[in-house]
Amino acid sequence: MTRRLSLFNVTSLVFGFAFLYLPILLLVVYSFNASRLVTVWGGFSTQWYGALFRNEALMEAAWVTLRIALLSAGLSTVLGTLAALALTRYGRFLGRTLFTGMIYAPMVMPEVITGLSLLLFFVAIGLDRGFWTVALAHTTLTMCFVTVVVQSRLMTFDRSLEEAAMDLGAPPLRTFFAVTLPLIAPSIVAGFLLAFTLSLDDLVIASFNTGPGATTLPIKIYSQVRLGLSPEVNAASAILIGIVTLGVIVATVLTKRSAARAQRQSH
Amino acid sequence: MRRSFAPWADSSARPLIRFENITKRFGDAVAVDNLSLDIFEGEFFCLLGPSGCGKTTLMRMLAGFEQPTAGRITLGSADLAGVPPYRRPVNMMFQSYALFPHMNVEKNIAFGLKQDGLPRGEIASRVEEMLRLVQLERLAKRYPSQLSGGQRQRVALARALAKRPKLLLLDEPLGALDKKLREETQFELMDIQHELGMTFVVVTHDQEEAMTMADRIAVMDHGHLVQVATPGEIYEQPKTRFIAEFVGDVNILEGNVMGQENGLWRVATPSAQAPLTIDDPDEVLNSGQAVAIAVRPEKMLIQRDPPPANVPNVLTGEVWDIGYLGDWTVYRVKLASGAIVRVTRANASRFVENPIDWDEQVYVTFAPDAAVILAE
Repeated sequence: MTRRLSLFNVTSLVFGFAFLYLPILLLVVYSFNASRLVTVWGGFSTQWYGALFRNEALMEAAWVTLRIALLSAGLSTVLGTLAALALTRYGRFLGRTLFTGMIYAPMVMPEVITGLSLLLFFVAIGLDRGFWTVALAHTTLTMCFVTVVVQSRLMTFDRSLEEAAMDLGAPPLRTFFAVTLPLIAPSIVAGFLLAFTLSLDDLVIASFNTGPGATTLPIKIYSQVRLGLSPEVNAASAILIGIVTLGVIVATVLTKRSAARAQRQSH
Repeated sequence: MRRSFAPWADSSARPLIRFENITKRFGDAVAVDNLSLDIFEGEFFCLLGPSGCGKTTLMRMLAGFEQPTAGRITLGSADLAGVPPYRRPVNMMFQSYALFPHMNVEKNIAFGLKQDGLPRGEIASRVEEMLRLVQLERLAKRYPSQLSGGQRQRVALARALAKRPKLLLLDEPLGALDKKLREETQFELMDIQHELGMTFVVVTHDQEEAMTMADRIAVMDHGHLVQVATPGEIYEQPKTRFIAEFVGDVNILEGNVMGQENGLWRVATPSAQAPLTIDDPDEVLNSGQAVAIAVRPEKMLIQRDPPPANVPNVLTGEVWDIGYLGDWTVYRVKLASGAIVRVTRANASRFVENPIDWDEQVYVTFAPDAAVILAE
């Protein structure tokens, strides 16, 4: 049953969405501005997108960001899935509560603290700051999100499917790859996409742990804006917004589908 | 030809499965308590009992999903202790069917064969044979979500049969089907079992299902075996009041033993004016002992006219309820003592003149050998 929208509902909806998305919309609109002045509309143009692709420093930063995001999302997907399996499959093992708390800690920890403590750690073990330290830091940040997504799927997983596979002669490892993994794959992909987008737009943790030659796009944009707004930055941000939005939408659809499948299989 | 099949009566027969003093505890709860049981090759064996009686745990120990806390299970001559589920020559059909949702019917059935590393051609021909057996040839490419409940049940059966296990375990195989389909499938299962010559162990809480299909039934309660016998023996010679009440309908008349006359027991009961005469020579009873007399409703006769004086076991009362079931009519008769007995009568002819009506005074009788004495 769909409820009819009253005037009050429509107004609050418009204000709500405007509050959330108007600034972003403004940024995207101004990325198509023909004028060099960021705040004055001078007609429609795609010239800043062209300029962006010719700006080697920005493109280099984008390339670094992409590599870091892929690597850290890959790592955190593997680790996060393993953590989710441990939490759902091994019952009440010793230190489980502590383990759960530690996994979810990065979610609630202020990013400044996470960034700073990781920096101290990398300095302490003598790891030179750069590409790898940012990738590792992002893995720490994003792993918990993968765990949450995969764990919620595993909780509704029908264990008799695995028992059936073993009963038919498949040892545990083969059971995992032939039955468990294909069925939880959508949630793992969703977790990967979440981790990927989180890494893509992180500024705080990256700026603590970055070093020479590992300037990510958010850091680059931030430093450019400090020197003065440029329409190129608007264009770069608009593209970033596009990628992140796409990632989140795909992740949501996959999670929903995987939940629907879990329901079908259990009924 | 199945009539003469009774390996359990042959003392030289070696059982296929042997449970020896099996106990299974989950924390403080005892699911199976010091249970011993033999199951023979080619048997259609039913584990019957209310939920929580330990029957599923017993089956899961056979499949290898649970390990006994104490005792020994042997299959053929092999001790099953520590053998994981994927190395047992046993397959199971799950209550939820547990079909792999990401594989079509064909691939579901082929799954077990692939684990054995059979050549591709042989897998294909075996899958085809199984599809024919369960009459699903046309649905080979469908996914489980595209099948009806009955079709899923068949796929689950085909998948479990595909490896030709020595022993097939079926966990509530018909529980999710509607009544009509259930009855058909019962007979199909029996045919398939007979055709393949396999040993079937079925877990069920449905006594009708067990009675129809099984060669022998083991009735379980609270982790113990209460009686292991053929369906006929379970029904006609229940060992305890629990079994008499759990399997089929029964009237229980409580009373006290007065003594034995000419090999027949005399029992005084508040339900009848004269003492009852019961022909149950195997029981060993003492005078004054409290007993329960169990009489099946179809073994009682109901009539309007008083029976002759020499007829034993006469109960008097009035008709409280009449239920017309088509093939049977059920009369609920309220005795003078307040107890209610159920009497059923087959509707052998289409028209009955002047039938027994509600509130009528009636006489209910039963033969001395129609009743069983159950020590309390």
